[in-house]
Amino acid sequence: MQVRSTQHEVQSTSYREHRTIQYVRILFLLCTLYFVLGTASDAHAMHITEGILPLAWAGFWFLAAAPFVAFGLYRLKKLSADDLSFKPLVGLMAAVVFIISCMPIPVPTAGTCSHPAGTGISGILLGPAVSVLVASVALLIQALFLSHGGLSTLGANIISMGVMGSCAGYVTFRGLRLLRINMTIAGFTAGLFADWATYLTTSAELAAGIRGDSPFLPLFAKVIIAFIPTQLPLGILEGAMTAGMVVLLHKKRPDLLVKMGVV
Amino acid sequence: MRGQKSDERGQIVEVRYVIIVVFVCLLSSIFYSLSAMAAEKWQGVDESVVQKIAMEHGREAHAPLINTDQGDMLLFVFLLAGAVGGFAAGYYWRMLTERRSGDSGQPAADAGKGRH
Repeated sequence: MQVRSTQHEVQSTSYREHRTIQYVRILFLLCTLYFVLGTASDAHAMHITEGILPLAWAGFWFLAAAPFVAFGLYRLKKLSADDLSFKPLVGLMAAVVFIISCMPIPVPTAGTCSHPAGTGISGILLGPAVSVLVASVALLIQALFLSHGGLSTLGANIISMGVMGSCAGYVTFRGLRLLRINMTIAGFTAGLFADWATYLTTSAELAAGIRGDSPFLPLFAKVIIAFIPTQLPLGILEGAMTAGMVVLLHKKRPDLLVKMGVV
Repeated sequence: MRGQKSDERGQIVEVRYVIIVVFVCLLSSIFYSLSAMAAEKWQGVDESVVQKIAMEHGREAHAPLINTDQGDMLLFVFLLAGAVGGFAAGYYWRMLTERRSGDSGQPAADAGKGRH
């Protein structure tokens, strides 16, 4: 009787996995169709540009970001002293975040370009503290050499992409996994929320910094609405990328994910 | 048995939710993008959203400290950044996943574990 029920459990689990894979394939197909069916022509991307925020706000965001970066450094030292295999994972994630966050992607339905953040995946795999550090390094290099973001707005960009993106990705993934949600769906949702959290925070930073005497909320809403046509679909793409990377790493190095407490 | 069935139903509902969300997102992005289509095409959101709204409130972007946005210089630095980033990602990916010949199936990254 017990053997039968175990067999049934195994069958139903593989059936569920098969069905989930089919749904994920449909999801990828929809995303691909969405990007292919649009029209195409020159590209650029995002982060708050140099000089946009007043000095007081720029300083405030630097002060707000500093403890997170310092804690990230401390965690990196501690974790890499405990386990040598942590360093290559940090190197991989640093490269991934850097590439993803300076990769302008045209969004056909909006007619604009933007980029995913990549901090959802690094938040899941490295933990939010080290992910903030990785994002800070990527943002610094981009501000210095790629005319992408700015040095005066670095603190604000660290808070939005590094802190909020990483925390949203980490908390969403862990929360969904605690609820025993499938890893692919948890990864997808984490990537989606990390992207949207980043742009929600950017909207708040921008509205707070430039509003002058105008009320905060209407301007905040205006910025969010202006971001929606681009970031809504881009968040879906980031979700798909995050899910794909978590699943791939789980296939290749399940032990690493167990060690990092991801699964 | 009942628990399993309800679990399966839950999974189906979950995945359906994802697909519905995707459809709603796509439809709403098309709806909201009608005004954006009239503007200059393929601008980054830094120009089309951040700088545009900031300018309406009297804030203008400054030139970056090291201004690489001149002629084809930006293309070059982006290409260089992509190449270096891609190389680093590939290098660390191999380090994490490649198994050394003669090793007990341990990936290269774990081979030096414990050696401080």
